Amino acid sequence: MIEHSKYHSLDPSKCIGCIHCMKSCPTEAIRVVNGLAVIDHERCVYCGQCHRACPTHAFYVEQDDLATIRSFKYRVILFPSIMIGQFPEKYSEDQIYDALKKVGFTHIYEVEQPMQVLIDSIDEVLKNKETQSPAISIYCPAIVRLIQGRYPSLTENLILRKAPHNLAAHFAIKQLMLEGAVREEIGLFYATPCIAKIAAVKSPVGESESIVDGIVNMNQLYNEVMKVISDDEVADNSVQRQNLSAEGINWSLTRGESCHFGSRSIAIDGIHNAVRFLERLENDQVKGIDFVEMRACDQSCAGGILLTGNRFMTVERLERRAKNYPAAKDISQDSIPDNSEELKQKLVLDPIRPKPHFAFGNDRVKAMEKMDKAQRIVCFLPGIDCGACGAPNCQALAEDMVNNKAKMSDCIFLQQMWVDEGCIKARKAFLNIQKKWGIDRFKADCNKRGQRNEGF
Amino acid sequence: MKLTFNIQGGDFIHAGKPSSEVKKVLKQLNVDGKTVKNIVIALYEAEVNVVAHAWNGIVSVEIDEHKITITVEDDGPGIPDIELAMQAGYSTASKKVRDMGFGAGMGLPNMKKNTDELLIESIVGKGTKVKMVNYFT
Repeated sequence: MIEHSKYHSLDPSKCIGCIHCMKSCPTEAIRVVNGLAVIDHERCVYCGQCHRACPTHAFYVEQDDLATIRSFKYRVILFPSIMIGQFPEKYSEDQIYDALKKVGFTHIYEVEQPMQVLIDSIDEVLKNKETQSPAISIYCPAIVRLIQGRYPSLTENLILRKAPHNLAAHFAIKQLMLEGAVREEIGLFYATPCIAKIAAVKSPVGESESIVDGIVNMNQLYNEVMKVISDDEVADNSVQRQNLSAEGINWSLTRGESCHFGSRSIAIDGIHNAVRFLERLENDQVKGIDFVEMRACDQSCAGGILLTGNRFMTVERLERRAKNYPAAKDISQDSIPDNSEELKQKLVLDPIRPKPHFAFGNDRVKAMEKMDKAQRIVCFLPGIDCGACGAPNCQALAEDMVNNKAKMSDCIFLQQMWVDEGCIKARKAFLNIQKKWGIDRFKADCNKRGQRNEGF
Repeated sequence: MKLTFNIQGGDFIHAGKPSSEVKKVLKQLNVDGKTVKNIVIALYEAEVNVVAHAWNGIVSVEIDEHKITITVEDDGPGIPDIELAMQAGYSTASKKVRDMGFGAGMGLPNMKKNTDELLIESIVGKGTKVKMVNYFT
């Protein structure tokens, strides 16, 4: 099983110690130390920006061994509908379902079902004004962590209802138990489109324990499916999708939630867009909006870092697919074995607490001294945020310095000045940089990575 | 610690900069979320008042262990009747300002609601000085 709080790591043999990841991180959680990127897991919200920015694919995502599924009698794969959207057009849903069975699963559940239960549940939260206004969806776990860390006062706006993967997991367990299974025989595997969902499933915020038994990365599952998928027609598997609705299929796309709730709603995708919006929201500059949907990835889950297909084509295929499915309210609730009230109860989350990660410690007097000091240091830094010190910007370097995590000499501008003033020898300055960035950094290399347009 | 910002009358594009900066500092000082929110709302309202009504202004912020004191001083038309201006919904904002989504007459009432101490001094034709104090919990 994956170790808690470390859902993605860096392969030191691949990391070239460029600063792309460090620059793209919305929480300044990355530093370059001794020529390698280092993630501060306390600050990380698992948005995956660093994976996208890395020109050498040095970041990797932890996952469980798919072979462990074999030990269960009932082998369930739970996956967000978005997965279907990334396959080439020529493969039908039935062919994809068939291939998942060949991979070794006995039961297949797209997680966005039965959707009406979740829609009703969220409606209740809004109607009973259970949150501060505007209510913010917890659907994207990276956003939840971002709010806990950077916008602690907005945790009171979060809708305390679980995400679709919990809905489907409870639903699947109940259905299988009606078929005669006992809980221990059921192995639930979740195919994840991103790191944030892994973290949400493995160490959930606002839940006591995770409901699934294992995680498989969606890109790995994609490869597994492509290995065995049939080019010919296969048996009709549609009975396994009888609780899937148009709303469910569109749920993970941008506006997939916001179109259902509130009299005025807003949908935001992209973590940096979310940051800008949350700043305004926290300043009370957003008036009259009652529901906010926010996802860390551009094009929401279609842009998840573990998806293989192009995000825009994935969106298009899903939207087209949704048109062939009934509306959630038209799906008979009788087919839901659990009565939906009980299922609804299971969807309630415990309160989500703030976890501020930018504070200088609990002692306010000391914190103020440190901030004053950092402010004075910033005056001497060049202010171009070049990153050559290994911190994302001059302000961050100054803060690292007062926290004893960096030295004045980490700034190459200050060093240059000291050389000019004769305070240190040129040789010493050179060795400092070599120590920070490694000997190889100064070697000629015509195959240098990290060039123009890489990481886009 | 002390912070100072300038505000330009009529410049709605950059309104909000002082409140955002102050917010960042308060978060680093681990001031609780609710208090930060109150302070930021009050300061933003004060900023918008200067932008909407005055010619220019200065925001001075002083933070110590227990409280934050914010002074917003402007060169502007002044407020003839402060008591009237404190009433919710009372506004002298121009149509142009209202069309931009400001000037709903909630500025001063909102500042009152979100601060522990609010002091307003004004000289008509000269300017207004607003002093706001919030205590940390």
